[in-house]
Amino acid sequence: MLVVVCVKQVPDTTQVQIDPVTNTLIREGVPFIVNPYDTHAVEQALRFKDRYGCRVVAISMGPPNAEATLRKALAQGADRAVLLSDRVFGGADTLATSKVLAAAIERLAQEDEVGVVICGKQTIDGDTAQVGPGIATRLDFAQLTLVDRVDELDLSARRIKVSRKLEGRHEHVEAPLPVLLTVVRELNRPRYPTVAMRLESADAQVEVWDNSVLGLDVNTIGLKGSPTWVSRIFSPERAKGEMLGDGAHDPEGAAQLLIDKMIEKDLLAL
Amino acid sequence: MQTAIFTTLLVASLLFFAWSVYRRLSLVLLGLPEERFDQPGRRLSEMFLYAFGQLRVIKKPFGLNHFVIFWSFVILAIANGEFLVNGVFPSLSLALLPEGLHRALLVAFDVVSLLTLFAIALSFVRRIVVRPPQLDSLYVKGRSPEAFAILSFIALLMLAYFGMHGAIIAQGREAAASAMPVSTVVAAWLTHAGVDLTLVESVSWWVHALVLIAFICFLPLSKHMHILTAIPNCYFGALNWPATQPRETFEKGAVYGVGSVERFTWKDLFDSFSCTECGRCQSVCPASITGKPLNPRQVVHAIKTNLLENGPALKDGRKGTLPLIGDEGEGTNTEDAIWSCTTCGACMEACPVLIEQMPKIVKMRRHLVETESKFPEELLNLFENMEQRSNPWGIAPGERAKWVSTLPVKPFVAGETEYLLYVGCAGSFDSRAKQVTVALATVLNAAGVSWGILGKDEKCCGDSLRRLGNEYLFDKMAKENVEIFRERGVAKVITLCPHCLTTLKNDYRQYGLELEVVHQSELIADLIKKGRIKLDGSEKSLGKIAYHDPCYLGRHNDIFEAPRTVVQAVTGSAPQEAERHGRNSFCCGAGGGRMWMEEFIGDRVNHTRVDELLAEKPDTVCVACPYCMTMMEDGLKDRGAGEVKVRDVVEVLAEGLLHKKG
Repeated sequence: MLVVVCVKQVPDTTQVQIDPVTNTLIREGVPFIVNPYDTHAVEQALRFKDRYGCRVVAISMGPPNAEATLRKALAQGADRAVLLSDRVFGGADTLATSKVLAAAIERLAQEDEVGVVICGKQTIDGDTAQVGPGIATRLDFAQLTLVDRVDELDLSARRIKVSRKLEGRHEHVEAPLPVLLTVVRELNRPRYPTVAMRLESADAQVEVWDNSVLGLDVNTIGLKGSPTWVSRIFSPERAKGEMLGDGAHDPEGAAQLLIDKMIEKDLLAL
Repeated sequence: MQTAIFTTLLVASLLFFAWSVYRRLSLVLLGLPEERFDQPGRRLSEMFLYAFGQLRVIKKPFGLNHFVIFWSFVILAIANGEFLVNGVFPSLSLALLPEGLHRALLVAFDVVSLLTLFAIALSFVRRIVVRPPQLDSLYVKGRSPEAFAILSFIALLMLAYFGMHGAIIAQGREAAASAMPVSTVVAAWLTHAGVDLTLVESVSWWVHALVLIAFICFLPLSKHMHILTAIPNCYFGALNWPATQPRETFEKGAVYGVGSVERFTWKDLFDSFSCTECGRCQSVCPASITGKPLNPRQVVHAIKTNLLENGPALKDGRKGTLPLIGDEGEGTNTEDAIWSCTTCGACMEACPVLIEQMPKIVKMRRHLVETESKFPEELLNLFENMEQRSNPWGIAPGERAKWVSTLPVKPFVAGETEYLLYVGCAGSFDSRAKQVTVALATVLNAAGVSWGILGKDEKCCGDSLRRLGNEYLFDKMAKENVEIFRERGVAKVITLCPHCLTTLKNDYRQYGLELEVVHQSELIADLIKKGRIKLDGSEKSLGKIAYHDPCYLGRHNDIFEAPRTVVQAVTGSAPQEAERHGRNSFCCGAGGGRMWMEEFIGDRVNHTRVDELLAEKPDTVCVACPYCMTMMEDGLKDRGAGEVKVRDVVEVLAEGLLHKKG
């Protein structure tokens, strides 16, 4: 059985600034990182591999340099890495992206059964959390989002039991395989690659599939297949703060003022 | 008959000795190669200083006792040698030497034997009555039968020497009796007691003979083996203070760090056979003192035990069965112990026979990080932040030069600016350390020093990574930095942080980069000395100042005076010294990457240090390292002494400049 894990290379958003004139991201000189949620997805896939001996395939849609992200998954222990890269995939919104990823998973399923697909809950650059569910819908898989614990994967009964982390509560749910999970950080602690694995992965083969492999209608993917457009990106103006109290001479008074403010804004519960 | 029995016993014991020594020392050859044969001249002088001069031994008052025993042993080696030769060839003796020399030797033997008896008696008292705590560790006890057996052997040997010679003198058979004052007194007693002198003589002779033979057999099986190994160990000791660790080569199929005993170098293994279990390292180790599972002596003992246990299998090309790293047990180091080290180097400073404990611990960390990927979970963030953003906090690299704000700071340009100020991560991102950076920048400008920074192109030096055993990442970052320094034509560097100092100065040398690196405290002390900064020595606003030596500034890089002279110049008086200071200073708890780890076990190192500093009742604690700054500030607050200020040495100077009259 295959476990497919979807990863994405994202700009390190802590270092991204927005060009105030053009309203676009200044990507120049900004390093790329693996989408942090995806590292937990990879770890979960590797735990299935360790426990049940499944083969782990990491896939990513992106430009050729996104290969680095897949190599990292290989260094952590993924068996195979496939980069979906083609100019016609470019400019895609979440709908078009999920179509390409779903097609790649279907293609993999021709070789071996795909039992579980794992994605991060969302990416830190788009923050939509739509691609995972989109893939599940297109593949007609059960979808369990926001997973923070996997209780059981029963391969013979073909069922999975997980806990979902929702606002203020947890939900224990069960679904039949094949299934798609989107995962949160609390799920696990990603493993750190050993030096041997890093060196191994540096020379490992990352397969590149373009649309000639997937054979999708170019009008349904990429920019052309994307109904959503970004009209403007901007940093919201922050209201100017005010100085309250006199921390230098009356620290206790200032602390009291702070506490009062926080209670007033409902940031502190009494 | 006596000669025949003795000769047989002696030959048998010598064969056993040779076999035992071979069996143990051949295990040393299981280790990896390491170059320790260079510079024989310097090595010989180290050997004379530390082995024969007992320089480290006599640093502790009781060490004098060992000094006496050591030199007695050396001198009596002649007497005992004569005894053995004479026992086999009765016609050969020292009496064949010129009369004057022979008599001089006899005087020496007599006096030295008596001194040894006193020294041994003191050793018994120390072990039975005084019982210093460092004598005991988990698997090694100062009051062990082995220790007492060795002391008794020595005492017995001396008593037999006097018994034998006393009896001979009493029988009027010693021509040189007048050269043997102690034996003559013994002779008088024996005569007075009216004992059978021939019986005393032969019993004493046999006791002497049998103790010597027993010693020969026992020596290579016991901790007393240090008699054979300590002297060469001092010869092969590290010539430079081992503040750094060796490089590793990264290629497919290579093994990283030390996960099993044969992965140590031969010198690491030889160290383990040189340990006498004196416990000085454990008595100065901040981890041991604060109740952590690390004990440097234990680490060395574990290596020896592990080697003896696994050695035979390893020699046959099989794998050892006793793990080097694993659950608590003799011959095994626990992971908790390995992660407790602050790499402060106090153990290496204390060891009388120059054993290098700390690098061994780092080598085991390398195995855990690079091969096993097993480390305390809080380090994962550190490693990721370092790899992705080149600083421990994971702050955007673009913010590195934010501290500059409105200060007049220039970028470093070779030829135009003399010094590169390598600000370091703390100085760039930590809000308290940034104040120190600003103080330094102001002072440098005031003194007219030509300096510049790399700004957002500066990267982390990688110190924590190397001490934590993540050599792979350190190697990557070191290469990047070396490349930047070369590209920019950097030759002279000022660092704010002693960790940057040691890394740029000592670690990058392994990458072929020779920089002139100075710590800010050295530079400002020099500026004061040259009169480029003028002070009136009247600054009183900081009150009584106690100085805390950072390990990587002091012990690791020999900078003790500079910060003290700065304080002296500013305040007009030398700083208050903590009980442990200078070379024997006590760590703040943050070195060796411990800055980034939780401290779950035992007392906190910084609390112990702060308590010691508070005993001096200071108004200000002066530091010279951003890690020490954090640890001291936190420790003082935890101890309810938040009113005590913590100031970097350059802040003390800035204060002095600010309030200077005129």
